Amino acid sequence: MPTPILRIENVSKRYGKKDVLKGVSLTVNKGDLKILIGPSGAGKSTLLQCINFLVKPDEGRIWLDGQEVHYAHKRDLYAYRQKVGMIFQDFNLFDHLNALENVRIGMVKVRGMGNPEAKERAVMELERVGLREHMYKYPAQLSGGQKQRVSIARALAMDPKVMLLDEPTSALDPELIGEVHSVIRDLGNNGMTMIMATHQIGFASSLANEIIFMEDGRILERGTPEMIFCHAENARTREFCSKITELYGETR
Amino acid sequence: MPESVIAIGDALPYLLEGSLVTLIVVVGAMVLGLVLGVPLAAAQVYGPPVLRRLIGLYVWFFRGIPLLVFLFLFYFGLCTALDVNLSAFTVAIIVLGLISSAYQSQIFRGAILSLPEGQFKAARALGMSDLKAICFIVLPQALRLSIPGWSNEYSIILKDSAVTYALGVAEIMARAHFVATRTYQQLPLYLAAGVIFLILTYAGTKGLRLLEEKVRIPGYSPQGF
Ligand SMILES: Nc1ncnc2c1ncn2[C@@H]1O[C@H](COP(=O)(O)OP(=O)(O)OP(=O)(O)O)[C@@H](O)[C@H]1O
Ligand SMILES: [Mg+2]
Repeated sequence: MPTPILRIENVSKRYGKKDVLKGVSLTVNKGDLKILIGPSGAGKSTLLQCINFLVKPDEGRIWLDGQEVHYAHKRDLYAYRQKVGMIFQDFNLFDHLNALENVRIGMVKVRGMGNPEAKERAVMELERVGLREHMYKYPAQLSGGQKQRVSIARALAMDPKVMLLDEPTSALDPELIGEVHSVIRDLGNNGMTMIMATHQIGFASSLANEIIFMEDGRILERGTPEMIFCHAENARTREFCSKITELYGETR
Repeated sequence: MPESVIAIGDALPYLLEGSLVTLIVVVGAMVLGLVLGVPLAAAQVYGPPVLRRLIGLYVWFFRGIPLLVFLFLFYFGLCTALDVNLSAFTVAIIVLGLISSAYQSQIFRGAILSLPEGQFKAARALGMSDLKAICFIVLPQALRLSIPGWSNEYSIILKDSAVTYALGVAEIMARAHFVATRTYQQLPLYLAAGVIFLILTYAGTKGLRLLEEKVRIPGYSPQGF
């Protein structure tokens, strides 16, 4: 019996006159990897950012571990965000801190851990993403792939229950995508619950238990990779899948 | 011109004492401007619209009125009206500091706005409050970027501080003037005052340049490339 860990109900968001999200609902079970796909402007990034309230949804409710998140209470919001790791397309590392300090700062300033303990944990997380020997380098001294791995370590150090990944490899040169994918793959194998927007469908279909196709602020179709990529019911889904297969199909 | 050389020689210790006064006024004003300017800048970027507008007014007010008017307004006007007894020296620091806070707030605001927005987002995604994100992520970077602007501000305040002579603050200019009118050696004494200002400007901007170098984030070269 799968246990739901994150439940999103009827999340809506509008910017001015434009409805960017039109009532999106989603239930994520422990250990799930859900992949969001869809054309540019579909609302994938907005959905992911609504999930941790970096963007305030106009409507909708969210539960983590059966507890509803009351995001108007700052304390609840900050506690919730710690449990929901976020990985951005352009890494967003803190430029004035080296890799080690990037990973450590959340533990010290948010979780209130002591410095030595936080450092030990940070080293461990960097080791896990294969960057132990680069821990004293600053973001400007790291490659894109290394930066993204530091940002994953930074999120993991907060002991998240769910990770949200917004096109984690879109800003990377093709030869650097693999190293980030392999870290994400390890996470999945270790039971991390993840929601990831990506165009890398080869990678997605090898890992995901569900593919969610979004268009125009709605979920149009969802199903196993096999269903979505090979037997989609919706014509729009088929069209989009064949387009990205052409573009990104081979990358794993 | 042996006479003028002697005049400078005689007046030098007296003038150098004055440069100490000048330095204390300038550093005091810079610090006051920093302490006020940083929260003003942060509030102007991240605060609610009402607060932003109020800070806009504050900046307009302190940048819009000439220094001399402010000094007189504060020293002869306010201090007398409110019956508070502040020395000219204290008033000079406060007035220069308030004006500088307006300019410094705009230096910091520009620096904050030039940072990539994503870092603030990432900090909040870790569970930091806005205040923590500003203190630990935004400001350490914004302050680094502000050093060149700060260096500029230093040389401006340094020169402006000569105006406080009008209140009778015993800084370089006041002393040079005092000796010059008594010894009739105007040219050498005002020249000496000018040279002391030049040296102080050089020392300060050089010092800030070294600081900029020292706190530079590894991997970034001076122009950002
Ligand atoms: N801050 C904003 N203000 C106004 N409109 C916005 C804002 N953020 C996003 N939008 C609009 O919302 C829509 C959805 O954007 P979103 O970034 O969520 O799409 P996406 O599916 O992530 O696209 P992509 O694949 O290009 O990343 C777009 O039309 C976008 O222009
Ligand atoms: Mg996006």
